[in-house]
Order: sequence, then structure tokens, then C-alpha cells
Amino acid sequence: MDIRKFVVGSFDDEAVLFPAVKKVRKAGYKIHDVYTPFPVHGLDGALGLRDTSLHTAGFVYGLTGLTTALSFISWILTRDWIQNYGGKPHFSLPAWIPIMFELTVLFSAVGMVLTFCYLCQLAPFVKKHVFHPRATDDLFVMVIECTSKTNVKETEDFLAAAGAKEVNVQIAEAGWWLGRYDQDRHLFDNKSETVTA
Amino acid sequence: MSLIKYESFVREPLVDGEKTYNQVTEDIVYTIEAKPTRLWYIGFYISIALLLFGVYSLYRDVTYGIGQWNLGKTIGWGWDITNFVWWVGIGHAGTLISAILLLFRQGWRTGVNRAAEAMTIFAVICAGQFPIWHMGRVWMAFFVMPYPNTRGPLWPNFNSPLLWDVFAISTYFTVSLLFWYSGLLPDLATVRDRAKTKLRKLLYGIASFGWSGSTKHWQRHESLSLVLAGLSTPLVLSVHTIVSFDFATSVVPGWHTTIFPPYFVAGAVFSGFAMVQTLMLITRRVMNLQDYITLGHIEAMNKVIVLTGSIVGCAYLTELFIAWYGANPYEYDIFFKYRIAGAYGWSYWLMMTCNVISPQLFWFKKLRRNIGFTFFMSIVVNVGMWFERFVIIVSSLYRDYLPSSWSLYYRPTIFEIGFYLGTFGLFFTCYFLFSKYFPVIAIAEIKSILKTSGESYKEKMADLENLSVEEFYAKTHDHH
Repeated sequence: MDIRKFVVGSFDDEAVLFPAVKKVRKAGYKIHDVYTPFPVHGLDGALGLRDTSLHTAGFVYGLTGLTTALSFISWILTRDWIQNYGGKPHFSLPAWIPIMFELTVLFSAVGMVLTFCYLCQLAPFVKKHVFHPRATDDLFVMVIECTSKTNVKETEDFLAAAGAKEVNVQIAEAGWWLGRYDQDRHLFDNKSETVTA
Repeated sequence: MSLIKYESFVREPLVDGEKTYNQVTEDIVYTIEAKPTRLWYIGFYISIALLLFGVYSLYRDVTYGIGQWNLGKTIGWGWDITNFVWWVGIGHAGTLISAILLLFRQGWRTGVNRAAEAMTIFAVICAGQFPIWHMGRVWMAFFVMPYPNTRGPLWPNFNSPLLWDVFAISTYFTVSLLFWYSGLLPDLATVRDRAKTKLRKLLYGIASFGWSGSTKHWQRHESLSLVLAGLSTPLVLSVHTIVSFDFATSVVPGWHTTIFPPYFVAGAVFSGFAMVQTLMLITRRVMNLQDYITLGHIEAMNKVIVLTGSIVGCAYLTELFIAWYGANPYEYDIFFKYRIAGAYGWSYWLMMTCNVISPQLFWFKKLRRNIGFTFFMSIVVNVGMWFERFVIIVSSLYRDYLPSSWSLYYRPTIFEIGFYLGTFGLFFTCYFLFSKYFPVIAIAEIKSILKTSGESYKEKMADLENLSVEEFYAKTHDHH
């Protein structure tokens, strides 16, 4: 378990959020994450996140599919069980192109989705802390992580000054756990005191 | 980056009315949270009834064999393969909207992509039934899978277009499902986070995979959608190309033509958009989503219909021309004696009227924006496209090379029709459940275009619209 203390500021307009992100980063606060109801273009750049290389993974999976199809079919039709189809060559590449193409696409798509779910830790029964229930509706929720040096009060004031409509402090699990969204299991009931501000 | 989100007034708004992000959520999630209407129940029960009749027809087919259908040694492919190609074609519009229009950055796709993708998945499920049950001994259907077996091992024939079809359709289904569901995750999380009942929290919690809306996750999500769109684009073209190979690689006159792949793909998109229109016109009305699926959306889809309809028309005429110019007597006879004339001439002319002549009316803007007319045309096009496949299959088969096996007339049995009706039942049962339990419009995507293409936001940009180019440049670049 990874229980941490967070200062949470909720913005209701992405036009306010962008300068706020800049200010907060400039002031040296550590932004844990920003939760948004839709992909806000440029926000990843503003947060200093590097580009994802998911598409490279997709390319590699695609090549795997292509190689699998070609090697499998050519092994079957020229080695394992040779058959005479209308006197045509056993190694008849043009006729295999459709299946080679389909397997390229299939491997690439399935592989990428699985990788995406793994990287983002998405699966049925996976639960994560919800900082604000409206983060999937109409609020842009900036979560700042408190370190031992953070002055919580000051951080809250800073976020409010940057335009946050709601500011609060939350102690929460930073990662994921197996759980149900209809039940609140307090994983850390007795631990809240141990966290130092 | 500039924070001014500007889109010219030349483009119609994609979201009508005064909307906030919250209002978008409310409007779209409303149908999930409210009790279904009486109309929904009536439709749902009719679909279930059709589905049950289909199941009974299949029970007859499996118990007594394919003899339950009126197929013979001459017309070995009849209604079932016609229906197969028809349903696969229907599916194509969903992928075209979700993938190709995403690559072309067409904003209007956001209003209809979710439902169209769902339609694709259900249509492909329906399509898949036909070749499977047509096998007759359906319990051996798994023989098409290439796996090490105790029969040799004997492998399927990788040079056969029928096996290509197995791979194409199953890949198409899988990729469409992944694309659709990965797009649904954020919206399911939206439903989860505002759920009032425990059951809804539990179920949407499981279904949304713990989506949180993290910036990094959105970044990966965008990359995933874009690459899946890039993969689906050639995939959707390949699927109907391969379906057309089922015919084109044969030596049957009227099938053995190189024009088939593009002609089939255009026809598929044509019929698919007609089905999207049928569904969307009902959905927007019943679910009160006129602000999101606007007249502009309907017009855009009608433009695709008139384009693809004209391509299909061109293909029909090219076929006729080549049948004459190619100087192959068998080819000539099929087209000029048995298609445009002969026992099945009526179906050819029905196809011509529905697919080529009547869609030309969509050149008129007034008709493109007329809801009643669009609905009528969407049915006409789908009838026409069903007959296209019927014409290709039956009118080529009923006059064999061997006159002694000529078949005079083929008419389906009630169980052949029942199977087709059953897939309608399956399709609409799925669609009704989808429209009740899933967000029928991509909520997150609508929000991401709201401030550029929403009606009320565009109005606020009116003063920018009247600026000269220099003033506009100066003004928008102040906001760095």
C-alpha cells in the first residue's frame, strides 16, 4: 500500500487550468496527476509528460503477427502437410497475403489494447481512489502530492489563488487495488495519523 | 499554445443549444438512469420474438439438415449467403465513421460514432451466423480453425478465400470490439461516478476497469485510438474485399470479375450508412438527442450515401459494359439474358432503382435535410443492397454451365426467412440493450469538441469572425 497525502484543487474551466498548471509547476510543487473528463490537448506537454511509445509497441506486435502468419502458413503448406491445390506452387505467397494482413492487424490491435490496460492498470475489479466524483463529468482535478517539506495550508491557498473552485486535503492510496466501487473499504483507517504533513 | 478555440462560421455547429460539460453528461446519461419507456419495451419484446423464431428455424436446420432450406445443387448459395454479405456490409459504416473519419479529422463523427460502432459489432455477429449454420454439420464448425489436431494433422486450406473470410471476419469483429470498448471506458466511468444506486456503482465500476481520467492515461488513450483507427482503415477495406473474393476467385460468370473488391466496399459503406441513418433517426427522436445528432449530421451522412451510391452505380454500368466488350459468351449471357432480363430480371431492376436512381435525389439539399425522406431512403437503400447480393448470387447460379442442371426458380422456405428474421431479432435485441445500458453518444468526445463546435460557443466567436486576417492573427496570438 502506498498511502499519501494530497492537496486537491478542482477547476471548472480548462482555460484556467493551463496557466494554473504552469504556476504550480513553476512554484516547485509536485503534481501527482491531473484528472480530466476528456482529453485536454497539450495538457500532457504542460505537465512535462513524455510522449507515449504505445504506437511503437503496436508496430512490434504487428510485425510479430505478420511473421507468425507467414512462417506458420509456409511451414504447413510446404513442410508439414503438403497438398496439391490445382497444381499451383506449394509456396504461393500472393494467396497468403490476406491472412498475413489480418494477423498483422489482429496481433497489433490485441497487443496494443492489452499493453494499454497494463500500463494504465485497467481491468475489471480494479479500483482507484476517486479524488472528485465530477472529474469524469465537468471538473478538471489537479492533485498535488505532499512531501515532508510541503506546507499544506500554503499549497491550498496557492491553488485557490490559481483559480481552483474547490480545494481540499485528502489522504489516499496512490495506486490501485482490487475492490468494488459500491463499497468503501478504508484500507488505511488506522494509518491516517502516521502520515506527517 | 493558443487557448482560443476557433472554428469558422462556415461550419455548422455540431452541438445545438446552450450546453455546459455537465449538461452534456446529463443529456446523454439520462436514458441509462431513467426507466425505459413503453416504446422501448415494445420494441425489445418484438426483437426477442423475432430472435426466438430465428432460434426455432435454426433448430429445424440443425435437426433435419440444410434440406429445410430450398437450396439445391444448382443454387447452393441463396438467402443465407445473401444475408451474410448484406450484414457484413452493414457493419462497414461503423468502422468508416469511427476509423476513417477519425483519421480525416471529421468533427461530426463524434455524434454518431459510438452507436455506429455498436451497430458494426452487432451486424458482424449476425453476419457470422450465416456461413456457420450453412455448414450444415455445425458441430464441426471448429474445423476451420488451424490447430494441431488428430486428423493428420490436417490443416485448413490457406489458399481458399473462404478461409480468408474466417480470418477477416473474426479479426474484424475482435478489432471493432476492442476499439469500441476502449472508447467506452471513460464514459462508463462517467456513469459510475455519478451513479446513485449500489448496483449501478458495482456494475459500471467493473465495466469501467477503474478508469480515472488521468492525463497520462488520456495521452495513451488518444494514441491507442489513433493507431486502432489506422489499423481499422485498411482492415475495413480488406474485409469486404475478401468477402468479394469469395465470388471473384471463382469461375462462375458474373462473379469472376476484378471490379468486385472496390465495388463491394463502396456498396458496403453505402448500405451501412443507410442502416446508421435508420437507427440514428429513431434513436435521436426516442432519446431526445436532437442537439447532438443534428440535421447537419444527417446531411453529412446523406452526402456519403449519394457518393457511394454513385460509385456503386458506376460499377453496375462498368460490369454491363465489360460483359459486352469482353466478348465472353457466358459472361454476356449472364448479364444480358439472365440478369437484366429473364426470371430474375425484376430483382435486377429493383436493385437498380433502389441503389442507383433513387439516391440521386440526395443531390438536392432540401431532401438531404428532410428527416422523413431520409428515413424512407434509408430503408429503400437497404432493400436495394439486399437485392444486389441476391442478384449477384442467384442470377449467376440459376443458369449453370450445364443446361440439364438449370434451375427454374428458387424461393426460400419459411425457415430460411425465419433465420434472416432471427438475425434481425438478434441485432435489435442487442441494439435495444446497448441503448439502455450504454452511453449511445461518446460523452468525452462531445466534450472535447464542445467549445469549438457547440452552437452557443460559436456565437461568442462572432466578433472574431468579422475581423480581417491581420487583426485575427494579432488577436489570437495575444493569448500565448
